[in-house]
Amino acid sequence: MAYLIGSLAVTEMEIRKLRHDPTELFTRGVQRVLWLLIFGQALSSIRAIPTGSVNYQTFMAPGVLAQSMMFIAIFYGLSIIWDRDQGILQKLLAMPVPRASFVTGKALGASIRAFSQVVIILLLALLLRLDIRWSVTGVVYSMIAILVGASFFATLSMILAVLVKTRERFMGIGQLFTMPLFLASNALYPINIMPKWLQILATINPLSYVVELLRGYLLNGNAPLFFRDWTILLTATILIQIIAARLYPRIVL
Amino acid sequence: MDWAIEVKNLIKRFGDYEAVAGISFAVRPGEVFGLLGPNGAGKTTTMRMLATLLPPSSGQILIEGVDALRYGSLVRRLLGYVPQALSADGTLTGYENLLFFAKLLRLDKKERERRIHEILDLLDLQKAANKLVREYSGGMVRRLEIGQAILHRPRVLILDEPTVGLDPVARHTVWNILEKLRAEIGLTILITTHYMEEAEAICERIAIMNRGKIVAQGTPAELKVKAGKPQATLEDVFAYFTGDQFESGGTFREVQQVRRRIQRFS
Repeated sequence: MAYLIGSLAVTEMEIRKLRHDPTELFTRGVQRVLWLLIFGQALSSIRAIPTGSVNYQTFMAPGVLAQSMMFIAIFYGLSIIWDRDQGILQKLLAMPVPRASFVTGKALGASIRAFSQVVIILLLALLLRLDIRWSVTGVVYSMIAILVGASFFATLSMILAVLVKTRERFMGIGQLFTMPLFLASNALYPINIMPKWLQILATINPLSYVVELLRGYLLNGNAPLFFRDWTILLTATILIQIIAARLYPRIVL
Repeated sequence: MDWAIEVKNLIKRFGDYEAVAGISFAVRPGEVFGLLGPNGAGKTTTMRMLATLLPPSSGQILIEGVDALRYGSLVRRLLGYVPQALSADGTLTGYENLLFFAKLLRLDKKERERRIHEILDLLDLQKAANKLVREYSGGMVRRLEIGQAILHRPRVLILDEPTVGLDPVARHTVWNILEKLRAEIGLTILITTHYMEEAEAICERIAIMNRGKIVAQGTPAELKVKAGKPQATLEDVFAYFTGDQFESGGTFREVQQVRRRIQRFS
């Protein structure tokens, strides 16, 4: 119980912070627009990649959505280092609150930020008249997939923050991680056109499952392999939260 | 005699390096006790062990008779901790900073509001409550942090270098508040400091720490007598007991951090 209340309190504070300064939500959105608009249009017209019954731009939209979610979540770990530098973490860990709350609360905070991106990209998709099946359940399930995905990557980056210790190193390693994770997934191209080694990487990459779910919900109204995808995603997220909660007190040092 | 804080043969090793090399001291309930020493003496490490952030390599810590190693969560209820860094969240308001801690403590809404306003009053922060902490002066941030640390009504308050980086007026305000807390609430207060005048101004008893060991304990007056010079400054006393000059430099990184903090809040 204390764990839940603690998590919600941390999340609420992240929302309040956003209210005081929402600019970062917009600045991130711009990059996504570029990918979808320019890259997507270009590849659609040359029909270089076989994307089945929809054009490439539509195919890549869920991928771009997932990418922006992952990007935000991973760099959110930076805020943990910032908190530590400021000594905030030391005070929180000295409080009578279960330490796991902070890990979950921050993960949820990352999800809230990721949601803003969902809105921007869906709006863009609407404007570009992409072939999206606009259904309420589809959108709701997509939101949940984004929430879980963001939690996973935010927690991953928190673990990174524990191991890496300095802000500069984290930025470097963060950059090192995000692009390969994005490229070694089915965000930009279907798995079956990848060389074998890339297929293997894409299969163990949680981002692929988020994208698969999003593609299903947004383009088809439902996701055919949803049971497998959700199981993998949720298990991965729960596992990584447990690992992070174990490591968390070590950040103070 | 029931001690509020008891530390027995506390040792902390980081690999081969002994940061705290076996210290013992005790603080009476309602007393203001100071751990005085230069940077690198092991004061912050000691504080972190008391706050249950770091496990000792060996030795015992009792807070109000409770063993900190075995009953960590209970100790965290009895103790309030204000770390060295100016660590309130600058992207939230003063009120929100207190709200956060109050929510973490699972206080119900009425109790939350009551305690928050009590603390804002006590610490003279009502007017600034709805401004972002980023705009607070160093003294105000410090007061807010003390407020956060006493929200759960602890019996003991420990502060690591409470006035480092603050201007003289802010320092006196903090000292006055600590005295007020001691007098009105009966809080036991333990501070670490490397400022001589701070130890002399607010501490009833002090322990002088150097290189991980406590070299002397007593009231400032007693220590001066022991050093053979009733008119001595605490500097002289320090030199007498440790044979060292009181060089309070600290590592480059420490000084850099302190400078950054001062800049951020001035």
